[in-house]
Amino acid sequence: MAESHDRPPQPFTLRVRRYDPESGDAPYWDEHTIELEPHRSVLEAILQARDRFDGSIGIRCSCRQAICGSCGVRVNGEPALACHTHLDAAKRSAPDGVIEIEPMGNMPVIKDLIVDMDAVHWKKIQRVTPWLIGKQPVPEREYLVPRESMVDVTQTMACIQCGACVSDCLAMEVDPLFIGPAALAKAYRFVGDPRDDQHFERLNDLAQDPHGMFDCTHCFKCVDACPKDVNPMGQIMRLRRIATADHHIVDDNNGERHEAAFTGLIRDNGLLWEAELLPRSYGGNSWFGKFHPRAGKELLSSLPSIVKALLRGKVTPMGALKPHRIPKQDLASVRSIYDRIEGREERFELNLYIVGEDEEPTTEVPVAAGVVVDVLPDPPGPDAAPAAAADGGDEPADPTSPEGSPS
Amino acid sequence: MPAHDVLIIGAGLAGQRAALAAAQRGASVAVMSKVHPVRSHSVAAAGGINAAISVDDDWHSHAYDTVKGSDFLGDQDAIEIMCSEAPAEVMELEHMGVTFHRNDKGEMDLRAFGGASMKRTAYVADITGQAMLHVLYEQLMKHHETVELLEEWFTTSLLIDEAGCCCGVIARDVRSGRIEAFKAKNVILACGGAGQVYKPTTNGLIVTGDGIAMAYRAGAPLMDMEMVQYHPTCLVETGILITEGARGEGAHLLNAAGERFMEKSAPNKMELASRDVVSRAEQIEINEGRGVGPNGSGIYLDVTVVPRKRTLEALREIVNLGRDFAGVDITREPIMIRPGQHYIMGGVKTDAEGRTPIEGLYAAGEVACVSVHGGNRLGANSLLDTLIFGRRSGEHAAERAAHMGMPEMDPSARLREDAAQIDAIIARPRDGRRVSEIKSELGELMNRYAAVFRDEAGLQTALETIGRLKEESAKAWIDDRGTVFNQDVLGAIELGYMVDCAEAIVIGAIERKESRGAQFRTDYPERNDEEWLKHIDITLSGDGAGEPQVSYSPVTITQWQPEERKY
Repeated sequence: MAESHDRPPQPFTLRVRRYDPESGDAPYWDEHTIELEPHRSVLEAILQARDRFDGSIGIRCSCRQAICGSCGVRVNGEPALACHTHLDAAKRSAPDGVIEIEPMGNMPVIKDLIVDMDAVHWKKIQRVTPWLIGKQPVPEREYLVPRESMVDVTQTMACIQCGACVSDCLAMEVDPLFIGPAALAKAYRFVGDPRDDQHFERLNDLAQDPHGMFDCTHCFKCVDACPKDVNPMGQIMRLRRIATADHHIVDDNNGERHEAAFTGLIRDNGLLWEAELLPRSYGGNSWFGKFHPRAGKELLSSLPSIVKALLRGKVTPMGALKPHRIPKQDLASVRSIYDRIEGREERFELNLYIVGEDEEPTTEVPVAAGVVVDVLPDPPGPDAAPAAAADGGDEPADPTSPEGSPS
Repeated sequence: MPAHDVLIIGAGLAGQRAALAAAQRGASVAVMSKVHPVRSHSVAAAGGINAAISVDDDWHSHAYDTVKGSDFLGDQDAIEIMCSEAPAEVMELEHMGVTFHRNDKGEMDLRAFGGASMKRTAYVADITGQAMLHVLYEQLMKHHETVELLEEWFTTSLLIDEAGCCCGVIARDVRSGRIEAFKAKNVILACGGAGQVYKPTTNGLIVTGDGIAMAYRAGAPLMDMEMVQYHPTCLVETGILITEGARGEGAHLLNAAGERFMEKSAPNKMELASRDVVSRAEQIEINEGRGVGPNGSGIYLDVTVVPRKRTLEALREIVNLGRDFAGVDITREPIMIRPGQHYIMGGVKTDAEGRTPIEGLYAAGEVACVSVHGGNRLGANSLLDTLIFGRRSGEHAAERAAHMGMPEMDPSARLREDAAQIDAIIARPRDGRRVSEIKSELGELMNRYAAVFRDEAGLQTALETIGRLKEESAKAWIDDRGTVFNQDVLGAIELGYMVDCAEAIVIGAIERKESRGAQFRTDYPERNDEEWLKHIDITLSGDGAGEPQVSYSPVTITQWQPEERKY
């Protein structure tokens, strides 16, 4: 059995961010030392401190097993469920050995570790029309849908609405109106559900919204934060792929064109040609595009950063105006990646929620265990089979490019 | 003062299902919960929901399995209703959007579960409760204009008028500390069981018997409270649940000698006998020195016999639980488990429409005792119970509301009383014990004396101790003096609820001098149909202020006469 059962209790010190809205005082830090076995959770430590020393420590909690989603906090600056964070691990990641616990970010604090999730999180969930709009006519029995599609949407169904991803979403820090990782993952739960009748409407709505799916900056914070492997960013990327490749939605936010420009430039040059990115995003791959009025406007608004970059020597005028060059054989390799991906008959949607293999050899070859982060940049070779195949099943197959990154 | 046709206390599966049903019938509805709806403990239900949806199945078979599982204490008329309505109810949930696992034909897949004569458990991996709860909450978001959500409101008491009818509640807004009266033509209690009476328990910290105790104090009878389910597979240290779905998928139980000891007590069903049978068998192994682990206090659950890919797909949550809470990869090695408190079959006595004997007061889900579970609930029947009787309560309450005016009652006296009570708790001097100490002692006491095996001496010890804890809890002190999110003061009120529930459990267990279902009396080891094939009702005398009174009511038998129970 696991050795963790045998380790005796030891002292751990917690530094808890406290805030009493009735006192009129600023937030302050409060320290308590408790004793528990090292594999017990930060929540159990907080509860022990509350039971033994100070019953006024505010934290929402219930299940103690990472399913109710109540106890989202920040542990040593990182968003986490308190019940899902081991004390020994938390102590290791604390610079001074004192486990620091704060309320989640991006949401107003009500008291101590309790934040107001309505104002930010739930309002945004409500924004994505978060209920199934079933295909008509409703069958007498269950909808007949592919097995894989239900396994697939179960990944986003597994979201426990804890708010950890919202807490540390960088895009939301910049644009508080950004619909955000949790709500967009929730949106995928319907877009990926073949029973839903409004895929296009949902996607179009979220693509056209200036705070919608193209607002995500690919920072992976939500992927790291999620305690349930929901992979919110991955779901956002799937929304984009389905919107652009399958439904051909061209959005006013230029998300679709930006993505095409990005991947096109890399195909042509092997490396990103930054100066060409903007005109091509607005005007497409043509000489006239450079004079697209919106490109000009965007260029104008970016001038201060461009000047700064020039002054600091991060960009040289020649380097910006000419594409970067890479050796010929490297460029050929880059293009062969494109050819291989685009040559597929069906788009390869990896669902890495279910990973692993049977003990006995089967036709399915293991996909490296771990979350999607490990695999996203490299499209898998033909020898790796998808654990679960394409979304929906009724979507038209379309080759697609690797992740484009409008940033 | 807010006034609604139907006011539902609790926003788990039963409460949300009741709300939807009542709203669809045109009633004005509010759902009040001390937590956000998706935090409700229904979220932790893992394995699935039973319904005879397979073409080879028949609801009569489901009903018989349920009757047998209940050790013939379940009321067969209610069981027939639940099982016959199950397929349509599950289909309705599917149409709402629950992502039920499919087979290769695209139909809902079914898995095996304990005590069932065939595969009839629909599931969403091992997060069925979460998926269902979140989908129902999606529906509440959809109907946000017709269903009012009162999130983080803590109910302190039921309003009962002079005619003895329930006409609302008193509640405290957790966020602001404001206390308010809510009038309602009907109140539906849907606030779950009382697992926190035990320590450890699989139940969340919010499961403190609030509804059971409030109804009891208001004069409603509690039925079969002694029937407390111990789930066979809980993590040894924390009591965290490992779903029965694991055994449904084929996992074995092994003792220290590596034997599948279930062949002694259930040679046919083995690990998939009903929960009371399996928990007892495990406890016997542990008591007789064949347990595993440091103190021989556990049993091995061996999931490695299930194909790994199937485990990762269909039992994903427990793979995570094993890794995160026990440091074990269940796909590679057995995990140590033991029986742990899980569910209260007993509760507020209701009929099949969810009505309690108090006019205007309904109860549905774990808080209620219809009784469909009798002496022992089958796995995956609780989600079904919440939906069927949640819906029926909602429908009936809405119907009743349509034919009556808003009750005339002045709640101000009760409001003042409850407000004063809260102030008094906050002001208590620190000369008694801490709330947390008493709660801990209560939980350990119950887990010792009112557990899998019971006897007269132990139960009497428990009853005496509960008497002392009751006095101590009336003086127990807290730290938090604030109003905003004062969870401390709510904890003190919850402790009062828990002590009442514990007392009823122990009184019932002392009263029932036989062994049936989850109640095993080592001093009365046989089932005794002649004397004890009946429900035990406990009522507080004198309008809820007095002493517990025990009475009996008959078990309804329609098709299935009691017989010897073998698995």
